[in-house]
Amino acid sequence: MRRLLHWLLRSLPVLLMVIAWEAAVRLGLVGAALLPAPTTIAAAWWRLAADGDLLPHAAASLWRATAGLAISVAAGVALGLAMALSRTAERLVQPLVTFLYPLPKSALIPIVLVWFGFGHGAQIAVIVLGCLLPVVLGAYNGARGVEPALVWSARSLGARRAEIVRDVVVRAALPDILAGIRVALALGFVLLVSAEMVGARRGLGFLIAFLGETGAYPAMFAVVVTVMALGFTADRVLLAATRRLLRWREA
Amino acid sequence: MAGRSKIVFDAVRYDYTPPGGAPVPALDGVSLAIAEDEFVAVVGPSGCGKSTLLHLVAGFLPLSDGRILLDGRPVGPPGPDRGVVFQHFALFPWKTVRQNILYGLERKRGLDADTRRALARRYIEMVRLEGFEDLYPAQLSGGMKQRVAIARTLATQPDVLLMDEPFGALDAQTRGLMQEELLAIWSRRRKTVLFVTHDVHEAVLLADRIAVMTARPGRIKALVEVGLPRPRDRAVIRSAAFAERCEDVWALVREEARAAEAGVGQMGATEAGGAR
Repeated sequence: MRRLLHWLLRSLPVLLMVIAWEAAVRLGLVGAALLPAPTTIAAAWWRLAADGDLLPHAAASLWRATAGLAISVAAGVALGLAMALSRTAERLVQPLVTFLYPLPKSALIPIVLVWFGFGHGAQIAVIVLGCLLPVVLGAYNGARGVEPALVWSARSLGARRAEIVRDVVVRAALPDILAGIRVALALGFVLLVSAEMVGARRGLGFLIAFLGETGAYPAMFAVVVTVMALGFTADRVLLAATRRLLRWREA
Repeated sequence: MAGRSKIVFDAVRYDYTPPGGAPVPALDGVSLAIAEDEFVAVVGPSGCGKSTLLHLVAGFLPLSDGRILLDGRPVGPPGPDRGVVFQHFALFPWKTVRQNILYGLERKRGLDADTRRALARRYIEMVRLEGFEDLYPAQLSGGMKQRVAIARTLATQPDVLLMDEPFGALDAQTRGLMQEELLAIWSRRRKTVLFVTHDVHEAVLLADRIAVMTARPGRIKALVEVGLPRPRDRAVIRSAAFAERCEDVWALVREEARAAEAGVGQMGATEAGGAR
């Protein structure tokens, strides 16, 4: 009961915005053709879902997002750790990371589409392009910040090098790695939708572009809301996982 | 000095190289022999390299010159033969009390899971942490953390125990209790101990001998035989002999602390002059 009340209180601003929006449209303050009312969007969403148009596109997007993020996390953690643990890897990769970090990844979407074609591969490549570096930097900074005494104490307790990486370096870097993944997650959704708008025949981004071009704005907004809901849910899941993985930090 | 030498420092030198700077001698010509099961405390002004000395035995730092022998053989990379207790505990924060203590045991050959569990339980009892096994270090007080660290180190049954200002981060009351506990543990199972501290009282209370170090670059200025009876407990601090020994050691440390202070003052002066 208290939790429900708390939750209601926290969603109040969003609720008020939706009500104001609805009122503005109904009172004719904004044109319903350009900005449909929330109830209209909800109805359109329901029709899209019921007709079976939404699910295949959502599934395609989710699959791409999951694959892209998984690749970014695996490769990003490996690269970041390598940079922190080996001077050679640091000298090799660090300049590239610094140089490529400010590059606007969305600018590369057209060329990536040419390289990878119009299938899942291209969309996944775009996500990796954007998500890799935040994870690399998280792992690198986290692993570099390991307290030397922790490594020393592990060595004194008989840990070998591989064990120190696994049991000390990765564990100590985990908070930074998870923070990097959170940034990557947000970026990943933005890039995915952009890439799908330009060059895909399936996916929520494609659906938004298609509905927008045909002037079906209520349905288009319904898909935008779907993307938002997916992104929000993914972020919540990641936060819950983070809290579980880092429960040792709560005193 | 009875018994054969467990640890021998032979003309040990260590040069510290600051990032992007020239090497600075931190230790120069340290020679000292520690007998089997002897408790030796190292005291000296801050920055004299007493912790460095311990880190060299542990194998964390490379020697610049000289030798350190353990049982007659040069010390190698860090290993469970030399147990280390750190000033800031160095517990794995993501492991519970029990998992921390199990970590070293899991890396020892020939211990099955049941034996490891039993050993962990025994050492948890030894440092009186029953009921706290499943807590994380962040949930413990400083004294409890250091008790976990001591249990974790002792559980692997190291040959020698290296303690780097282990009670330096604790409040005065906790420190007193921990000193008593260490005395009790040590008298039950003797071990060679190298104990670094800046607290003269602590050194006299715990040690058989005290090595007083000079200001940087650190050398052994004097070796003081404590000569108080064993087994010892806190009651000893009321004896005249205890007060006397503290005075002796303090007199030696004070000279060096003064020198260290003067050195810092001088350095400050030249730096200020150079800046102008």
